[in-house]
Amino acid sequence: MIELADLTKDYGDVRAVDHLTFTVRPGIVTGFLGPNGAGKSTTMRMMLGLDHPTSGTVRIDGRHYRRLQDPLKTVGALLDAKAMHGGRSAFNHLLCLAQSNGIPRARVREVLDTVGLTSVAGKRSKGFSLGMGQRLGIAGALLGDPQILMFDEPVNGLDPEGIHWIRNLMKNLAAQGRTVFVSSHLMSEMALTADHLVVIGQGRLLADTSMAGFIRENSRSFVRMRSPGHERLRDVLHGAGIDFVPRSDGALEVEGEDAEHLGELAARHRIVLHELSPQQASLEEAFMRLTAGAVEYHAHDDHQPPAAAAPGAAWGTDWRKSPRKKKGA
Amino acid sequence: MTTPQHPAPPQHAPQQAPQPPAGAPAYAHHAHQAQQAPGPQAGYWPGQAPGGGYVSPIPIRRATLADALLSEWTKIRSVRSTVWTLGVMVLLFVGIGLLVAVGFDSTGDSMQNGSPLFVGFFGLLLGILCVITLGVLTISSEYGTGLIRTTLTACPNRGRVLTAKAVVFFLLTFTIMLLCTVLVSMAAWTLLEDQSSVDPSADVWLRATVGVSLYTATLGLVALGVGTLLRHSAGAITVMLGVVLLPLVLAMFMATDALSDIRQAFFEYSIPNQLAAFYATSADPVSGPGGWTPLWIMAGVAAAVLGGAYASLVKRDA
Repeated sequence: MIELADLTKDYGDVRAVDHLTFTVRPGIVTGFLGPNGAGKSTTMRMMLGLDHPTSGTVRIDGRHYRRLQDPLKTVGALLDAKAMHGGRSAFNHLLCLAQSNGIPRARVREVLDTVGLTSVAGKRSKGFSLGMGQRLGIAGALLGDPQILMFDEPVNGLDPEGIHWIRNLMKNLAAQGRTVFVSSHLMSEMALTADHLVVIGQGRLLADTSMAGFIRENSRSFVRMRSPGHERLRDVLHGAGIDFVPRSDGALEVEGEDAEHLGELAARHRIVLHELSPQQASLEEAFMRLTAGAVEYHAHDDHQPPAAAAPGAAWGTDWRKSPRKKKGA
Repeated sequence: MTTPQHPAPPQHAPQQAPQPPAGAPAYAHHAHQAQQAPGPQAGYWPGQAPGGGYVSPIPIRRATLADALLSEWTKIRSVRSTVWTLGVMVLLFVGIGLLVAVGFDSTGDSMQNGSPLFVGFFGLLLGILCVITLGVLTISSEYGTGLIRTTLTACPNRGRVLTAKAVVFFLLTFTIMLLCTVLVSMAAWTLLEDQSSVDPSADVWLRATVGVSLYTATLGLVALGVGTLLRHSAGAITVMLGVVLLPLVLAMFMATDALSDIRQAFFEYSIPNQLAAFYATSADPVSGPGGWTPLWIMAGVAAAVLGGAYASLVKRDA
């Protein structure tokens, strides 16, 4: 259980985290979502006692992180991959972490096996790929077999097999009754793993809701229709009192009617349909609508409005990094 | 959630297939999701979890300074920069010391009132630069790589982290310096005994070995403190080079009589002159603080810098 109360962090005149209050509960995966520069990493660093809040508190199972007697056995955290000395071997990196908390040496072998790095345990981490670095960071988080796990952008740099693995890992950890808190700027990724969602933008809390609730409220479902008898289809829909939205490619989008009904309607009027497909607006779009006013770094493109410039899964990935993040990076 | 479930078996294909697909990265083949030691049922009592959370089979005990010391020892011995800096230091100190001793021996000149042990001084001037570098790197490399955040997450007691680093670094440097100084002093004594008129007392021997080693290791602690304050390897090393060399350089440029007092102080309290004082004998004293005084001065400086480093470490964001 992690409790944030009125957490605020200023860097000079810039407010990175703005009166955040929410609770991360055990037994589920809680997704922590926000555009780049929203304050996710800063919040996580404050949770771990690395950065001092300007005001407000974070409590881990009722205590301040610095009061924990056995931190690695209570909280395991992956902050950034490559937060390790490149000249040290994977095994020694984990060993010095384990020793600082009195964790037995055998556990190092265990977590190396868990993340699949046993074969490169003796290699210096300098030569690791980003994905391997992530795995080593995750191994460090699992070292103390903690009740609370925090992952900052864990899928960054992982291959599809690795992404699949980390999703299952997080779900399994939560199913064991642990608290799992994972940040991401990818809504699509969160939709697959998180049970609960905390969304922030420019340091402010935008949503604190269950994933199912977020999907229910934000996913617009509609039916897409395309016909060579374009004009007739419009007339028929008008005649039946059904609203539609025409699209530039000639398709019509109908909200609030099911596909069966629309298909039968077209058939009765002998209209040939080339497409009749139920659609769901992506959660990515819903997320972008939610954070539209809170995006700090808009990509500027003379020909396209910012909102349309970042489609699909690549959302935000190619944007400039936050200068505030640089401080920590 | 009163009954925590045990980890489900791995779900993805590569593990179930006897042969992993060709082209997949080798390290990924061993990915297992077995989180716990065999027989987790026996490891803990599920009902004990507060709020039905997860309870680990790993025994919980309070982490101590001893754990931090062990951890820092693993850190310092598992990177090449330690081997390089200390290796170069040994090479310079012992090598130059022996060369000077042999060279002096071959000339057969009299050292008059000088102590034969003084030959260690020449290598020492270069050796301290290596110690400074290692002292700075002990902490600044953690800031450079971002490891410091992992370290402070594992040990949120920042004072304990700094203490453990200082103790491990000090003991390692002191031990190696002691071995080197004893070796060089004994070689120098063996070779040059007949060329010197002084008979080094126990105090002269102690200062040339234990004294020099303590002073060097304490100077390294100052470097560690500066590294903590500046969090930047190159910057901190540069500052330490300034501390070592600048007083002498400034003294050279203070040629006017008006500044002669300051010039004298700069010279006497400069680190090279203080190092030379450890080799002085009563028959051949240095100007300025002698005997064991330089060590107490350096210890005071180290205490002040480490105090500042501690305050900075606790106060600033990592």
